[in-house]
Amino acid sequence: MSKQKLKSWKEIPMGGTVTEPGSSVQFDVQSWRTFRPVQDKKRCTKCGMCWIFCPEGAIKKNADGTFDIDLTYCKGCGICNRACAVKAITMVKERTQ
Amino acid sequence: MKRVGLNGNYATAYAVKMADVDVVAAYPITPQTAIVEKLSEFVANGELDAEYINVESEHSAISACVGASLTGARVFTATSAQGLAYMHEVLFMASALRTPIVMANVNRALSAPLNIWNDHSDAMAERDSGWIQLWATNAQEAFDVTVEAFRIAEDESVQLPVMVNFDGYLVSHTYEPVMLPDDKEVKDYIPSRPMANRLSPKLAYSTGVVGPPEYYYEMKYQAIDAMERSRQRIREIDAEFNSRFGKNYGCIQTYLMDDADYAMIIMGSLTGTAKVVADALRARGEKAGVVSVRWFRPFPGEELSKALKGIKGVGVVDRAVTPGGPSSPLFTDVASALYQTGERPVLQGFVAGLGGRDVSTAEFEMMFRTIKEAMNECRARPSIYVGLRG
Repeated sequence: MSKQKLKSWKEIPMGGTVTEPGSSVQFDVQSWRTFRPVQDKKRCTKCGMCWIFCPEGAIKKNADGTFDIDLTYCKGCGICNRACAVKAITMVKERTQ
Repeated sequence: MKRVGLNGNYATAYAVKMADVDVVAAYPITPQTAIVEKLSEFVANGELDAEYINVESEHSAISACVGASLTGARVFTATSAQGLAYMHEVLFMASALRTPIVMANVNRALSAPLNIWNDHSDAMAERDSGWIQLWATNAQEAFDVTVEAFRIAEDESVQLPVMVNFDGYLVSHTYEPVMLPDDKEVKDYIPSRPMANRLSPKLAYSTGVVGPPEYYYEMKYQAIDAMERSRQRIREIDAEFNSRFGKNYGCIQTYLMDDADYAMIIMGSLTGTAKVVADALRARGEKAGVVSVRWFRPFPGEELSKALKGIKGVGVVDRAVTPGGPSSPLFTDVASALYQTGERPVLQGFVAGLGGRDVSTAEFEMMFRTIKEAMNECRARPSIYVGLRG
């Protein structure tokens, strides 16, 4: 479910127009996931392949060269897991450890 | 006000010219072509200051209309049958995006077999597209309803597209005396005014966006609500039209209904024949009445129920079919409206005039007789296909 409060039909602009740019950042897609990427930061070589390949821009590059995954925008596609050469990202089924 | 000889197509073109539209995008199709032909002539000779967009199909015509309407332009298009069917997917966008487009749909049968003559299958196939559907029964009404359509479509609380329907050939190509008001009278009734929240360099927004399951329902409901609320506005807009132009329009047109024992509900140009036959029956002491449905969407269920109050036998004449359905489109709506208001006349369905087949006065007499028999026996027969060779 979305973190934001969903608007009523009366609150949505007429015709469903989107009046603010960049509104897709409000979309919380976590409920779409079956598998969640889990990082093993000790194995990470900071190569950045996961960051390049993530189709959702859900991976954020930190100042020290490491990467974090913003699960709000992660749909669980698993591309980062496939792209990682050192297997530092594993896919774990949601609602399990 | 001046009296001129016009057919339904030209009467519509004059209404559109007087409405001073900004954009016309259309593709020719029989029997509508004369409307846009006349409009292109008005644009070419400078009588109408509008963009006339030549497009390669009806799908493009209605798409261009949606785009133009989103910028606040006053927009018109016209089509028939296959052309309307080709617009199908965009019709739903036009209503949900709340674009107040006015379209003349000159009713023609859908193929196959290829047929350019009149029935109502084209409009009925778009019944659920979210467009307001108004019906004219002659050239004068085609003019009047088109003028009203701009006012209704652009009303702030409506902002929905409006389809003005009239019968191919029977109205579109039949010359009749038409009273044309002065340009100024029409302009006063539908002044050009900037519409709120329309796309411009000063107001940018995204439209036609994705509506995921969390939002689609709410977005769709806005248009449903606008359609529901339009009933009251159309009543008021009709009333203003009546007082300005000396007419007597409403959501339904009743004829000899005050003391009727039984009645026929009908749409389009067949209304005229129904009235003539009702007159003949009255002369023989038969208390027959006629109700012609002028708005199909929003459906005037309450007014219909009121007009039929206490009447024990009602016939519904459809010029379209719903194969395999419980009955034909108009019948279904009448039955469901009456059910909700508790009126329980015997309802007899008829299908008539498909593909331009003439419906004679003798056939109307048969229909009225059948309604009376059904009423007396308290039992209706399954839909009767009038004039079908057995």
